[in-house]
Amino acid sequence: MAEPSGPHDIGGQPAGPIDTGEHDTAYWEWQIDAMVRLALEKGLLTDFAELRDGIERLEPGDYERLSYYERWAKSLAYALLDKGVVTERQIGLKIEAIRDRQAREQDP
Amino acid sequence: MSAPRFTVGQRVRIADRTPPVHHRVPAYAKGRVGIVERVCGLHGRPEQYIRGDGQPLTRLYRVRMAQPDLWAAYSGAARDSLDVEVFEHWLEAQE
Repeated sequence: MAEPSGPHDIGGQPAGPIDTGEHDTAYWEWQIDAMVRLALEKGLLTDFAELRDGIERLEPGDYERLSYYERWAKSLAYALLDKGVVTERQIGLKIEAIRDRQAREQDP
Repeated sequence: MSAPRFTVGQRVRIADRTPPVHHRVPAYAKGRVGIVERVCGLHGRPEQYIRGDGQPLTRLYRVRMAQPDLWAAYSGAARDSLDVEVFEHWLEAQE
Protein backbone atom coordinates (compact mmCIF):
# COMPACT_ATOMS: atom_id res chain seq x y z
CA MET A 1 0.00 0.00 0.00
CA ALA A 2 1.19 3.53 -0.79
CA GLU A 3 2.38 5.73 2.06
CA PRO A 4 -0.50 7.60 3.73
CA SER A 5 -0.58 11.24 2.62
CA GLY A 6 -1.40 12.47 6.14
CA PRO A 7 -2.96 11.58 9.48
CA HIS A 8 -6.40 11.39 7.83
CA ASP A 9 -5.38 8.77 5.25
CA ILE A 10 -6.01 5.69 7.37
CA GLY A 11 -8.34 3.63 5.17
CA GLY A 12 -7.43 -0.05 5.44
CA GLN A 13 -5.18 0.32 8.47
CA PRO A 14 -5.84 -1.78 11.56
CA ALA A 15 -8.23 -0.05 13.93
CA GLY A 16 -10.48 -0.70 16.87
CA PRO A 17 -14.27 -0.79 16.80
CA ILE A 18 -16.08 2.20 15.33
CA ASP A 19 -18.27 4.28 17.66
CA THR A 20 -21.59 4.42 15.82
CA GLY A 21 -23.46 6.00 18.74
CA GLU A 22 -25.39 9.24 18.35
CA HIS A 23 -24.02 12.36 20.03
CA ASP A 24 -25.36 15.84 20.60
CA THR A 25 -23.95 18.79 18.71
CA ALA A 26 -22.81 21.53 21.09
CA TYR A 27 -23.79 25.14 20.38
CA TRP A 28 -20.19 26.13 19.63
CA GLU A 29 -20.05 23.35 17.01
CA TRP A 30 -23.03 24.85 15.18
CA GLN A 31 -21.24 28.21 15.39
CA ILE A 32 -18.12 26.78 13.74
CA ASP A 33 -20.29 25.20 11.05
CA ALA A 34 -22.02 28.55 10.46
CA MET A 35 -18.70 30.41 10.27
CA VAL A 36 -17.35 28.00 7.66
CA ARG A 37 -20.50 28.36 5.56
CA LEU A 38 -20.35 32.16 5.85
CA ALA A 39 -16.68 32.12 4.85
CA LEU A 40 -17.64 30.08 1.77
CA GLU A 41 -20.56 32.39 0.93
CA LYS A 42 -18.36 35.47 1.24
CA GLY A 43 -15.61 33.90 -0.89
CA LEU A 44 -13.07 33.87 1.98
CA LEU A 45 -12.85 30.14 1.33
CA THR A 46 -13.35 29.21 -2.34
CA ASP A 47 -14.34 25.61 -1.67
CA PHE A 48 -14.61 22.97 1.04
CA ALA A 49 -11.39 21.56 -0.44
CA GLU A 50 -9.54 24.43 1.24
CA LEU A 51 -10.93 23.48 4.63
CA ARG A 52 -10.11 19.82 4.00
CA ASP A 53 -6.59 20.76 2.94
CA GLY A 54 -6.02 22.63 6.19
CA ILE A 55 -7.37 19.69 8.21
CA GLU A 56 -5.09 17.23 6.42
CA ARG A 57 -2.08 19.44 7.12
CA LEU A 58 -2.66 19.64 10.87
CA GLU A 59 0.16 18.25 12.98
CA PRO A 60 -0.52 14.51 13.41
CA GLY A 61 -0.74 15.03 17.19
CA ASP A 62 -3.31 17.80 16.75
CA TYR A 63 -5.26 15.71 14.26
CA GLU A 64 -5.53 12.80 16.69
CA ARG A 65 -6.32 14.98 19.71
CA LEU A 66 -8.87 17.35 18.21
CA SER A 67 -12.55 16.60 17.74
CA TYR A 68 -14.30 16.97 14.39
CA TYR A 69 -15.34 20.62 14.76
CA GLU A 70 -12.12 21.53 16.58
CA ARG A 71 -10.33 20.47 13.37
CA TRP A 72 -12.70 22.66 11.37
CA ALA A 73 -12.05 25.60 13.71
CA LYS A 74 -8.26 25.26 13.49
CA SER A 75 -8.30 24.86 9.71
CA LEU A 76 -10.62 27.87 9.27
CA ALA A 77 -8.43 29.98 11.56
CA TYR A 78 -5.30 29.07 9.54
CA ALA A 79 -7.04 29.87 6.24
CA LEU A 80 -8.27 33.25 7.49
CA LEU A 81 -4.82 34.07 8.92
CA ASP A 82 -3.19 33.10 5.58
CA LYS A 83 -5.51 35.43 3.71
CA GLY A 84 -5.07 38.30 6.14
CA VAL A 85 -8.76 38.35 7.08
CA VAL A 86 -7.82 38.19 10.77
CA THR A 87 -4.55 38.57 12.63
CA GLU A 88 -3.08 36.33 15.32
CA ARG A 89 -3.39 39.27 17.71
CA GLN A 90 -7.13 39.57 17.03
CA ILE A 91 -7.65 35.86 17.63
CA GLY A 92 -5.53 36.00 20.80
CA LEU A 93 -7.49 38.97 22.18
CA LYS A 94 -10.80 37.26 21.46
CA ILE A 95 -9.67 34.06 23.20
CA GLU A 96 -8.65 36.12 26.24
CA ALA A 97 -12.01 37.92 26.27
CA ILE A 98 -13.90 34.62 26.11
CA ARG A 99 -11.77 33.12 28.91
CA ASP A 100 -12.45 36.19 31.08
CA ARG A 101 -16.16 35.96 30.41
CA GLN A 102 -16.22 32.23 31.23
CA ALA A 103 -14.31 32.86 34.47
CA ARG A 104 -16.83 35.55 35.48
CA GLU A 105 -19.76 33.25 34.65
CA GLN A 106 -18.31 30.48 36.83
CA ASP A 107 -17.40 32.74 39.72
CA PRO A 108 -19.60 35.85 39.63
CA MET B 1 -15.84 20.32 -23.08
CA SER B 2 -13.83 17.45 -24.51
CA ALA B 3 -15.16 13.89 -24.48
CA PRO B 4 -14.26 11.59 -21.56
CA ARG B 5 -10.84 9.97 -22.00
CA PHE B 6 -12.09 6.72 -20.49
CA THR B 7 -15.25 4.75 -21.11
CA VAL B 8 -17.40 2.55 -18.88
CA GLY B 9 -15.85 -0.91 -18.54
CA GLN B 10 -12.32 0.26 -19.37
CA ARG B 11 -9.42 -0.89 -17.17
CA VAL B 12 -7.55 2.00 -15.59
CA ARG B 13 -4.66 2.37 -13.17
CA ILE B 14 -4.77 5.01 -10.44
CA ALA B 15 -1.53 6.98 -10.21
CA ASP B 16 0.74 6.36 -7.23
CA ARG B 17 1.83 9.83 -6.18
CA THR B 18 1.36 12.01 -3.13
CA PRO B 19 1.17 15.74 -3.85
CA PRO B 20 1.42 17.79 -0.63
CA VAL B 21 -2.12 19.03 -1.04
CA HIS B 22 -5.66 17.72 -0.50
CA HIS B 23 -6.25 15.36 -3.45
CA ARG B 24 -8.98 12.89 -2.48
CA VAL B 25 -7.19 9.67 -3.44
CA PRO B 26 -6.75 7.25 -0.52
CA ALA B 27 -3.39 5.50 -0.09
CA TYR B 28 -4.91 2.05 -0.50
CA ALA B 29 -6.15 2.91 -4.03
CA LYS B 30 -2.89 4.36 -5.34
CA GLY B 31 -1.20 2.24 -8.00
CA ARG B 32 -4.22 -0.08 -8.17
CA VAL B 33 -6.11 -1.20 -11.25
CA GLY B 34 -9.89 -1.04 -11.55
CA ILE B 35 -12.72 -0.77 -14.04
CA VAL B 36 -14.55 2.45 -14.89
CA GLU B 37 -17.99 1.85 -13.39
CA ARG B 38 -19.44 5.19 -14.51
CA VAL B 39 -18.47 8.65 -15.68
CA CYS B 40 -19.57 11.11 -12.99
CA GLY B 41 -19.35 14.36 -14.97
CA LEU B 42 -17.22 17.46 -14.52
CA HIS B 43 -16.23 18.73 -11.09
CA GLY B 44 -13.79 21.23 -9.66
CA ARG B 45 -10.62 19.48 -8.66
CA PRO B 46 -9.25 20.21 -5.20
CA GLU B 47 -5.84 21.35 -6.49
CA GLN B 48 -7.57 24.19 -8.36
CA TYR B 49 -9.11 25.60 -5.20
CA ILE B 50 -5.95 25.29 -3.16
CA ARG B 51 -3.15 26.01 -5.63
CA GLY B 52 -5.07 27.64 -8.48
CA ASP B 53 -3.74 25.16 -11.06
CA GLY B 54 -5.95 26.60 -13.82
CA GLN B 55 -8.00 23.44 -14.39
CA PRO B 56 -11.29 24.29 -12.75
CA LEU B 57 -13.40 21.48 -14.17
CA THR B 58 -12.11 17.95 -14.55
CA ARG B 59 -13.93 14.74 -15.32
CA LEU B 60 -14.58 12.45 -12.39
CA TYR B 61 -14.92 8.66 -12.71
CA ARG B 62 -16.17 5.99 -10.38
CA VAL B 63 -13.55 3.24 -10.41
CA ARG B 64 -14.45 -0.21 -9.15
CA MET B 65 -11.78 -2.45 -7.68
CA ALA B 66 -11.93 -6.03 -6.41
CA GLN B 67 -11.63 -6.19 -2.63
CA PRO B 68 -9.36 -9.30 -2.70
CA ASP B 69 -6.94 -7.32 -4.95
CA LEU B 70 -6.77 -4.48 -2.43
CA TRP B 71 -6.15 -6.35 0.81
CA ALA B 72 -3.62 -9.11 1.36
CA ALA B 73 -5.71 -10.91 3.98
CA TYR B 74 -9.19 -10.23 2.65
CA SER B 75 -11.59 -12.78 4.11
CA GLY B 76 -14.86 -11.64 2.50
CA ALA B 77 -16.49 -12.91 -0.67
CA ALA B 78 -14.28 -13.06 -3.77
CA ARG B 79 -16.78 -10.96 -5.73
CA ASP B 80 -16.80 -8.04 -3.24
CA SER B 81 -15.87 -4.73 -4.77
CA LEU B 82 -14.97 -1.22 -3.63
CA ASP B 83 -15.73 1.98 -5.57
CA VAL B 84 -13.61 5.13 -5.40
CA GLU B 85 -14.28 8.37 -7.27
CA VAL B 86 -11.12 9.59 -8.96
CA PHE B 87 -10.39 12.57 -11.22
CA GLU B 88 -9.23 11.99 -14.79
CA HIS B 89 -5.71 13.36 -14.24
CA TRP B 90 -5.11 10.52 -11.76
CA LEU B 91 -5.96 7.76 -14.26
CA GLU B 92 -4.14 6.02 -17.07
CA ALA B 93 -5.40 3.28 -19.41
CA GLN B 94 -4.36 -0.21 -18.42
CA GLU B 95 -4.14 -3.14 -20.89
